[in-house]
Amino acid sequence: MKILVVTERRQGKWNNTSFETLVAAQQVAGAKGGTVSAVLLGNGVNALADELATKNVAEVLLVQHGLLESYTPDGYCVALKQVIENAKPDLVLFPHTYQVRDFAPKLAAMLGKGMIGDCVGFRDEGGKLVFVRQMFQGKTAADVTFAGAGPWFASFQSGAFRADLLAAHPGGKAPVNAINVQLNANDIRTTPLELFKEAKSSVDLTQAPLIVAIGRGIKAPENIAQAESLAKAIGAEIAASRPICDEGWLPMERQIGSSGQTVAPKLYLALGISGAIQHVVGMKGARTIVAVNKDQNAPIFEIADYGVVGDIFEIMPALTEELQKGK
Amino acid sequence: MNIIVCVKQVPAKDAPLSIAGNWIRESDIGFEMNEPDSYALEEALRLKEKHGGEVIALSLGPERVKQTIKEALAKGADRGIHIADGNFAELDPLGAAKVLAAAIGKEKCDMVLTGLQSDDHGFGQTGVLLAALLNLPHATIIMQIEVQDGKMKLKRELEAGWFQFVECPLPAVLSIQSGINRVRYATLKGIMAAKKKEIATMTRESLGVSIEPTQKIEKIYVPQKTKKTEFLTGTPKEVAAKLVEKLKFEARVI
Repeated sequence: MKILVVTERRQGKWNNTSFETLVAAQQVAGAKGGTVSAVLLGNGVNALADELATKNVAEVLLVQHGLLESYTPDGYCVALKQVIENAKPDLVLFPHTYQVRDFAPKLAAMLGKGMIGDCVGFRDEGGKLVFVRQMFQGKTAADVTFAGAGPWFASFQSGAFRADLLAAHPGGKAPVNAINVQLNANDIRTTPLELFKEAKSSVDLTQAPLIVAIGRGIKAPENIAQAESLAKAIGAEIAASRPICDEGWLPMERQIGSSGQTVAPKLYLALGISGAIQHVVGMKGARTIVAVNKDQNAPIFEIADYGVVGDIFEIMPALTEELQKGK
Repeated sequence: MNIIVCVKQVPAKDAPLSIAGNWIRESDIGFEMNEPDSYALEEALRLKEKHGGEVIALSLGPERVKQTIKEALAKGADRGIHIADGNFAELDPLGAAKVLAAAIGKEKCDMVLTGLQSDDHGFGQTGVLLAALLNLPHATIIMQIEVQDGKMKLKRELEAGWFQFVECPLPAVLSIQSGINRVRYATLKGIMAAKKKEIATMTRESLGVSIEPTQKIEKIYVPQKTKKTEFLTGTPKEVAAKLVEKLKFEARVI
């Protein structure tokens, strides 16, 4: 099985999920037999290609073009279609990033193929490659297989594989092969403009050792004070899942998850948070996770060290009182 | 500005799901408009209020999804298109997009909006696939739309707190990020007015779409736990005492 991994960089630096996906690819190649090649797109990225070549890959396919300097979905699709038609892989793997979501399904469709996105793992079942992804906001998992001939397209969720397992190239360095692609300015219909961050945050949740986070279970903005009292009782920062910030109940800078902050505190106390994938990727690195939720099947309990199935409006005041007792 | 909004109907957020093969048992649960799509609908209505034109709510699924189309009409969409399909859950992302694209292709529109992903399948591919199939430019994870001189300036959300402005010509397909706006509620007047609005019904067959599946959901199941959770039980007071004890002396984090 010939596997291509499309790597991603952000402003001159690797997006670490690229290495996670290389590890996934090596594991698929280990199970099915085959080779893993890494693709790098850009302009003036020779140094990154050389760095990629020190990893355990058969080759680095380096695609450089002035029109690939900035990411555009059209540019990436037109270029990668040519790379794939040329390299003829059986399987093309991506990290499941916002950028990949933006172009990879279209790339697959341009080749008449489908994509299994946001996978958390795979299994080799009697020669059949089975991809595992989440459905219903993480409440269920699904086994998904490809139908029809390759190339097949799949992306792996951030954190699904460990980047530190990526081996070095046994011979020191893999060959870097430049691939020429035909790309015209009028292939690219959108124009990327400046990158920016919103006004500087007044709070840096990534540095907070203790976090009390609230989700939909908090029900109304006036109930947030209860969670804040609890946070105050242990000296924790308050944070939230996306819907709470979408509603404007807490500022966006307090949002944990794929579109917000990624945190790894000593303690993460999740109150009324169901544990949708988009939230979990932002906090699963916490040392100790406590979840309080009325639904015993909430996916948050899959990653919790301590769980309480119950009403947060009963638990919050009781816990606040208990914590204040010790002071 | 004529806008088609794709809205999906999904199980209600607190619906207890029971698995049946590669889908869920639908009989005992409630359904609602996919939340990310409600933001796309709201954005379409605001664009119409600003620039004039028409908003069409498009939904694929069994008879029940008409309720979601009616909700969109009550909020202010002008008409609806229902692609009746009892077997929609078997469609893969490309198949569903082909059916939707065929219906969109019959209309003259300036913009196609989708939510970022659905809360059921969660494929998150529909908008991008529609752009590919309709040969339109696209942008995803949109937090702001400004229309000027036949083109748009869009604010895209990237990861880790970054944003980017992107210029995009019209017509185009946009996937809208949740939180872009505050979603309105339907008014009584809107609900009454919706009763007179048209919902056209089509089918995969009437649209002449044939589909070759590219992937198959073999089965759905409750995921295996990756961590051993210690559940604490008792009255709230007892649970609180136990938890503080655990956090102090077992996990030693407070």
